[in-house]
Amino acid sequence: MPNRKINWYKYAAPANFYPLAGKLIPWFGIPAALLFVAGLYIGFFVAPTDFQQGDAYRIIFIHVPAAWMGMFLYILMALYAGVGWAFNARLASMMATALSITGAMFTFLSLATGSLWGKPTWGTWWVWDARMTSTLILLFLYIGFISLQAAIDDPRRADRAGAVLALVGLINVPIIYFSVQWWNTLHQGATIRLLNKPTMAPPMLAAMLIMLAACWLYSIAIVLMRLRCIILEREHEAGRTLTLGAKTAQFSRMESI
Amino acid sequence: MFRWIIRRDLILAWRRRADVLSTLFFFVIVVSLFPLSISPDPRLLKSIAPGVVWVAALLASMLSLGRLFSNDYVDGTLEQILLTPQPLYLIVLGKVLAQWLVAEVPLVLMAPILGVQFGLSQNTLVVLTISLLLGTPVLSLIGSIGAALTLGLRGSGVLVALLVLPLYIPVLIFGALAVDASIAGSNPQAHLSLLGAVLALSLVFAPWATCAALRISVE
Amino acid sequence: MSWSEFFHMGGYAFYVWGSYGIALVVIGGEVLALRQRRKGLQARLNNISESAESEQS
Repeated sequence: MPNRKINWYKYAAPANFYPLAGKLIPWFGIPAALLFVAGLYIGFFVAPTDFQQGDAYRIIFIHVPAAWMGMFLYILMALYAGVGWAFNARLASMMATALSITGAMFTFLSLATGSLWGKPTWGTWWVWDARMTSTLILLFLYIGFISLQAAIDDPRRADRAGAVLALVGLINVPIIYFSVQWWNTLHQGATIRLLNKPTMAPPMLAAMLIMLAACWLYSIAIVLMRLRCIILEREHEAGRTLTLGAKTAQFSRMESI
Repeated sequence: MFRWIIRRDLILAWRRRADVLSTLFFFVIVVSLFPLSISPDPRLLKSIAPGVVWVAALLASMLSLGRLFSNDYVDGTLEQILLTPQPLYLIVLGKVLAQWLVAEVPLVLMAPILGVQFGLSQNTLVVLTISLLLGTPVLSLIGSIGAALTLGLRGSGVLVALLVLPLYIPVLIFGALAVDASIAGSNPQAHLSLLGAVLALSLVFAPWATCAALRISVE
Repeated sequence: MSWSEFFHMGGYAFYVWGSYGIALVVIGGEVLALRQRRKGLQARLNNISESAESEQS
């Protein structure tokens, strides 16, 4: 019976993935921690002081990776949500939900560090320049996705509604970026260009790339952790409405892993 | 079916004239708050007018979004509509068009009068009206996605704003810039063309997304 | 380079350490919050499986 097969697939996939995710987390989490240490060491002790920006430029070792991750995780989230919706793959939808919070966190971090970098280099905490403005809008898009999913009780509907919103957002992102760019070039008064881009000495670039790799691995580890929580919660909800017995036994097995 | 939906929604809206009027008054009141809160200085008012009118139009259009599908959802009509063999795309387009006629067109007609209060010149008023004519359908189209997604949820009014306002930003930027350009005496055509492009894009894609969202929410 | 010089960051201490401080708070906060969520979940699920077992016996 095809129907039964689909149900089995839907039920089994997240439950099977749960122990696998548990095994994978240290493989990403520990290298992430090591790379964070290595990147910060190179960034603070090896990389020379920039002759124009002084030591303030050292903020980029966290700022640039955070900005990239914020952007990239949104795309990834929308793709996962889309796959989950199109192929009815619950695990992919859960992945999108798990990604959203980490993505929003990185976007916030890039705004906060950008502001702390802007004060010494531009002289103000906030500039309505194209990049900061579009990052702010990206944060709004994340907030929309998170609050929509939080408002919907039925997890299936939450997954799909989130997918529609994330994909609409994804189509909109280039338009928003373009419009903000357009707006910014026309209001010349508000633009403060970064006149002195730090000429990237090799250790600076190395530190930034290592920090980027660390953020990457950290994101994978933390998303897998959140995914495990979501799987537990969802299966728990399902277990409460369906019959107990085997399911609860399975929970206790899952917890012991 | 397309025409039938439009006629039906227009008749329903006519029975609830007060709702339409309150959206319009909301728009007028919001615009009038700005001179009171900033300054009556005509030069300053003129420079903020495009932004003020456009932001007020955005906020006013949020108000009417809640009614787009919710009445049909509550009384079960929406479920019936989803079951009909007619293409849902056209039905959604019809409902959005009706909503635009009822909620947005009055704003567009009112905007020049408010523009006069801000000391805009005749030319600028024309540009303002054209930009609103091109931009407000986009607001309705994008808004319909948000309205469909939040159907039947608790506190959906605030939620719609959270979902939809960031997506409105390109319209706001191009619309306000067109009026800005006209005030500065330059040609607003580039902005208006971009606004038109956004309208064309959303005309193709937004009803499709709204259909998907409706199926998800009603299921 | 002495430690005090290092912490001084050429006069940009507040901005540099502020940035990394925020990063630490946000990332550490995320990890801790997830730990907490997981602990809460486990406690809840343990309760349920115990009550289910007592019902069965």
